Amino acid sequence: MRKAVDYGARPWQQTHWDARAAANFVCGGMGCGLVVAAALSGAEGVARVAPVVAGLALVASGLIAVFFEIGRPLRAVNVLFNPRTSWMSREALVAPLLVAAALAGATGRAPFLALAALLALVYAYCQGRMLAAAKGIPAWRAPLVPVLLVATGIAEGFGLWHVVAAFTGARAPWLAVAFGALLIARIVVYRRYRQGLGHALHRDAVAALDRAGRVLLWGGTLAPLALVALAAVLPGGPWLAAAGGLAAAAAGARLKATLVLRAGQNQGFAIAHLPVRGVRT
Amino acid sequence: MTRWAMVADLRRCVGCQTCTAACKHANATPPGVQWRRVLDMEVGEYPDVKRAFVPVGCQHCDDPPCMDVCPTTATKKRDDGIVTIDYDLCIGCAYCSVACPYQARFKTPRAAFAYGGEPAPHEAARHDPARIAVATKCTFCVERIDRGTAEGRTPGVDPEATPACVNACISQALAFGDLDDPSSNVSQLLRHNRHFRMHEELGTGPRFYYLWDRD
Repeated sequence: MRKAVDYGARPWQQTHWDARAAANFVCGGMGCGLVVAAALSGAEGVARVAPVVAGLALVASGLIAVFFEIGRPLRAVNVLFNPRTSWMSREALVAPLLVAAALAGATGRAPFLALAALLALVYAYCQGRMLAAAKGIPAWRAPLVPVLLVATGIAEGFGLWHVVAAFTGARAPWLAVAFGALLIARIVVYRRYRQGLGHALHRDAVAALDRAGRVLLWGGTLAPLALVALAAVLPGGPWLAAAGGLAAAAAGARLKATLVLRAGQNQGFAIAHLPVRGVRT
Repeated sequence: MTRWAMVADLRRCVGCQTCTAACKHANATPPGVQWRRVLDMEVGEYPDVKRAFVPVGCQHCDDPPCMDVCPTTATKKRDDGIVTIDYDLCIGCAYCSVACPYQARFKTPRAAFAYGGEPAPHEAARHDPARIAVATKCTFCVERIDRGTAEGRTPGVDPEATPACVNACISQALAFGDLDDPSSNVSQLLRHNRHFRMHEELGTGPRFYYLWDRD
């Protein structure tokens, strides 16, 4: 049962986009990051195909989740009609190109995998701009939101690549270094984003974001960094790195879900002046 | 050129919600959907409390964020500034709803009626399946405006060409007219009174003005 909308003047959590929309941002970003990591890993055979397919499956699952959220799914193709101004249309247009390039790249054509990585970055950027264009939600329209969504999506994807690599046996030490750098970049961007919000948010949104931010710092950054570092020197390294990757992905997913489902407070209504009584014309 | 605008005099509004009822009657909106609503705002603490009744709804912005984000082009802006929705194009993605800073858009996932699952006779007569699971909002009663102007009437002056909420207002707190006509009622009200627009800092250019003091 949907929560009734509060018609008062105070901000309230938006209810137009639910967990299905959040899943698109969570899975889409992760999937794109996985495709980028696969392209940069230089792995061959199953070690190349597995992360690409997993990445595309994540992107597709996000889109399928949204398909079940829209009111008129049989008209879903209309989503392509406004690439001139709508980031949702642009996202929808990039998706099939990404799938085609990634599948071509996974089957051995390296230039296509590079193209897929580029399209994956564009796709993640479209998702970031989608949120930022929602002027009704202060936590979404912040200027750093596109950077935050790209940074967290790519970091999550690199983390998941280590999970897949633990099963396929792929090795790319420099990718672990890049993963660590991405984790640091992600937390820096998040903190800049959070500071930039200032007092613009309702306190409920601030509290939700700060809880997710703490998880991002400890569970999604420091713990994975430690695990990746230990993976370089301890036996069972790939599994330690995989655990770190999983933690980084989970913390990033939580942050994005929080952003949509908990920190998505609108700004309510406000009047600049109270009426001056007794002087009407 | 014509630019339709709404003016709400906060000094006159008594919060009776007659405009809300008139809008529901004129547009046959389902339960829970109020294209025109009146907020009851209290500011301060006892004994220094002030109260204002604030009519809200679609602000028919000059630069509507709902139109830019719409992936289907269902949301459009007419030359006279009225923002419209093509129900046959809309996919009900609700992107416009999160983009609107005025919480003016609604989506009814399934048909809803005042007395349970079955429509009352008057609801059945006016039920429009095209408005289910898509975005809906205030239209400034565009059909009345178009029909009225085609008949040579003046919106904001002649009731037949004026939005239902304005016609219904018991205290003449709501006014409607052409901003580009210096002699229109809204132009004169804005000229002689101090006014503001809601969330103006967002740059959407709302065409819903609030009067709060005389000039």
